[in-house]
Amino acid sequence: MKAVNYIKLEFPGRSSNEALARAAAAAFALQLDPTLEELGDIKTAVSEAVTNCIVHAYPDTVGKIRMRLRVLEGGLLEIAVQDWGCGIEDLQRAREPLFTTGGEERSGMGFTIMESFMDKLRVRSRPGRGTTVVMQRRVRSRAERP
Amino acid sequence: MEIGTAFAEGRLTAYLTGELDQHEARRAMESMDELLEEYLPRDLVVDLSGLRFMDSSGIALLIRLSRRLRETGGRMWIENPAQQPKRVIDTAGIDRLIPVSVRKL
Repeated sequence: MKAVNYIKLEFPGRSSNEALARAAAAAFALQLDPTLEELGDIKTAVSEAVTNCIVHAYPDTVGKIRMRLRVLEGGLLEIAVQDWGCGIEDLQRAREPLFTTGGEERSGMGFTIMESFMDKLRVRSRPGRGTTVVMQRRVRSRAERP
Repeated sequence: MEIGTAFAEGRLTAYLTGELDQHEARRAMESMDELLEEYLPRDLVVDLSGLRFMDSSGIALLIRLSRRLRETGGRMWIENPAQQPKRVIDTAGIDRLIPVSVRKL
């Protein structure tokens, strides 16, 4: 599908950059004229994806995170978040609600929230090589809203 | 993120304001632990009316607090979550563990 617009952002996986990543995603999504609820959903999904990179992909280092956002035809927003960290051994298990390897500080709800808040979620991961999460959410135009 | 407090008759109300993500969660957990030790409340109310944003890191914090209160025989509930935190709470299904009430402000 043809991209109407895009941005690419690369930043170190420091937790202080979580707020930056979701603010950038929200600012980019504004061109689709989303509702406040849609904007909140997009920010939440980005926050979860970036937090996964920081906490799980790079547990002992500050690694590189790349976020690419595209507006596709038909009001489709696509967000890809990529890391070059440790990868996920058991993807199916990682996507189960409440499953976490992060101890008491994590709820194990990250993937569940990304899945619920976006229309599509694809995860590609290779242990030792990294993970890419691609999410899509269709933003309805004002004329389509009830 | 900031935490304001009110305490009366064994009930501690913690007012969480700002944004609660993984960056803020550890400090928030430490602050809440200190408050629980200082006030030794019977009940804990976590007021989220001033919280603009929360992700699953906030869910972990709320579950941990509710566990701590249960251990001491106390109760905990969430009050007045704004739209975005409410959606995260509903999606995570923690309203089954921790009551959520909306008080008219």
